[in-house]
Amino acid sequence: MSDQLLFSIFPYVAVIVSVIVTIVRYRYQKFKFSSLSSQFLEGKNLFWGSVPWHIGILVVLLGHFVAFLIPQQILAFNSVPARLVLLEVTGLAMALLALVGLVLLIYRRLNNKRIQAVTTTSDYVVLVVLLVQVISGIMIAVGYRWGSNWFASSMVPYLRSLFLLKPNIGFIASMPWVVKIHILNAFVFIMLIPFTRFVHFLVVPFQYVNRPWQIVRWNWDPSKSRKLKGE
Amino acid sequence: MKVRSQISMVFHLDKCIGCHTCSVACKNLWTDRKGAEYMWWNNVETKPGTGYPFRWEDQKDYNGGWIKKGSKIELKGSSKLQAFKNIFHNPNLPVMDDYYEPWTYKYEDLINSPEQDTQPTARPVSMVTGEYIDIKGGPNWDDDLSGSEEFAKNDPNLDRMTAEEKEGLFNLQRMVMMYLPRICNHCLNPSCLASCPSGAIYKRGEDGIVLINQDACRGWRMCVSACPYKKTFYNWETGKSEKCILCFPRLEVGEVPACMHSCVGRIRYLGVLLYDQDQIEKVAHMEEGQLIDGQINAILNPFDPEVIKAAKESGLADSMIEAAQKSPVYKWVKEWKVALPLHAEYRTLPMLFYVPPLLPIMGNISENGYDNSNHTYFTSIEKSRLPIQYLASLFGCGDEGKVRDVLKKLMAVRIFRREESVGDQSKAWVQKALSEVGLDEKTANAIFKLTSMCTFEERFVIPPSHREMAIEMTKMVLEAKGETGFGTSQKPERI
Repeated sequence: MSDQLLFSIFPYVAVIVSVIVTIVRYRYQKFKFSSLSSQFLEGKNLFWGSVPWHIGILVVLLGHFVAFLIPQQILAFNSVPARLVLLEVTGLAMALLALVGLVLLIYRRLNNKRIQAVTTTSDYVVLVVLLVQVISGIMIAVGYRWGSNWFASSMVPYLRSLFLLKPNIGFIASMPWVVKIHILNAFVFIMLIPFTRFVHFLVVPFQYVNRPWQIVRWNWDPSKSRKLKGE
Repeated sequence: MKVRSQISMVFHLDKCIGCHTCSVACKNLWTDRKGAEYMWWNNVETKPGTGYPFRWEDQKDYNGGWIKKGSKIELKGSSKLQAFKNIFHNPNLPVMDDYYEPWTYKYEDLINSPEQDTQPTARPVSMVTGEYIDIKGGPNWDDDLSGSEEFAKNDPNLDRMTAEEKEGLFNLQRMVMMYLPRICNHCLNPSCLASCPSGAIYKRGEDGIVLINQDACRGWRMCVSACPYKKTFYNWETGKSEKCILCFPRLEVGEVPACMHSCVGRIRYLGVLLYDQDQIEKVAHMEEGQLIDGQINAILNPFDPEVIKAAKESGLADSMIEAAQKSPVYKWVKEWKVALPLHAEYRTLPMLFYVPPLLPIMGNISENGYDNSNHTYFTSIEKSRLPIQYLASLFGCGDEGKVRDVLKKLMAVRIFRREESVGDQSKAWVQKALSEVGLDEKTANAIFKLTSMCTFEERFVIPPSHREMAIEMTKMVLEAKGETGFGTSQKPERI
């Protein structure tokens, strides 16, 4: 029953809350959408934390995402042992990189007085959620080998069933507790996005690549004025 | 020709007394908030000196502005793709210690102190952490400290000077200083804007003011490092960047920006310049030696019928053209050519111009005092105490000729006015001085008047902002009449 609650109901609650609050906050509290960078207050240690953290976690996330989209191809790719090992080692290395970065970021936040001055409860929540996620992920990778294989065969069906609104927790009922924590914490993370500084990755400025260098905006564009158009 | 209007400024450095009234007026209005205490949208620097933030002119370190690579210009700090890499950690970003840690004093200790043998003290406390701090530096820490080891000798502008010139500058008898008040230049080719990944920064079409949309800013802080003048600031509390807004809420109702209104030395002038938008890209790509001329050439003559016609076709209001004709900035920059942009080599086409100071140059000459001998007019400039190269590094992209031309004009006006008011110079000699720099008596008098006898209305010519036209774009003006008028466009109807 609790599995039912945690893995077939909670995910929907988390996603619905996340989406609705994100939309509402983006519409009415745009000012709060910021990366809340603290580099201005402390620049050196941030580099050793932020860069490894972001690179590591982005690659790992990308791995999860690709595996979710194309599980068959992943299984096929893994059929050659060398490839399987390569994939697993890369994933683990990136996760460890992220962990190192995250630990350094936590250390920095706890020990720098200036950073402490801008630290809120939500920052601690964010760090704890991320730490739980990364550590449980690494424990799974080390303790339950060849995750890239069984993710494709066991986890993807569960996630798909969620996606198709027919949650089937049969796939995960027998999973070890650490995997369950990893899944649960992932949905906690999704739910927290709009309430914390996580919003920053919803506004990654991809549009920058294509925009012209300069932007001019008008209070009233003369070319659109009625008078000039002869109206 | 696409005519655009820009509210532009001239600071006359000969008149600046370094009193910081401008900075205080600005601070009280705009940056007296948590996270913004350290920001000085307007500041006054003692030069030679390192400025604020520390050595802001050193683009080898901060990588601000644009750089020409081959035939193209690029942001010096990062290309668009590099920006995505730097988003996790911007290597060019100045940190708080490059500015200073803002502080206040524990004044209540003065009142609450128990009775004791010694006087109670109010110790400084950080406005960030709230803890006691030992103040090591602050805004204007080097105020009036010419010749100091830590500040004056670290001025990046000295890099262009010879060892001999540098030595002269720090010789006790020849020591010299000037003030450099700075605000955002509201550039035509702003690098802060170009570097903003979120597209939160924009230039206003009507008046060219460069603004940061606080709702769109995401705190990626690329603008802070990309502005070579370091005039965008990161608010550490809100996680948004902020900058000088040229007091646009005041300008829109015909008021003068606070820094300019409060200026004790009346050094500041504000007015409209018309320019050709099509020229911007071309000018930004010019060779370093042509940048200043190119920029000044792009400024259009508002009396030229062709320009007026093109301006009207570009949609400029008649009132804007009229304001451009009365603009004091146009006179300084284009008509008399005695005002120059600061560090034009950054290629942002700054629209704040400076009349370089004659005073520290004049003040020296020789042991015998001012050189008024008849054989030459401008020896004092040639033998100046403040090496011309120093001023050229600030205002001439290193070209001494640019600065010398301006100083000679200012000098000629002085010689002319000396004859007018004291009458101890020969008429022919004065005429020769004027003609040598290409001035006539009328212009010389006009320069003199706008320098020292100008009225408030002559210093500041603000065009009307025509909000009625903004309404007209979306609806009939009469429709808007029935609305609440409290900043909302909803009609005051009951549910």
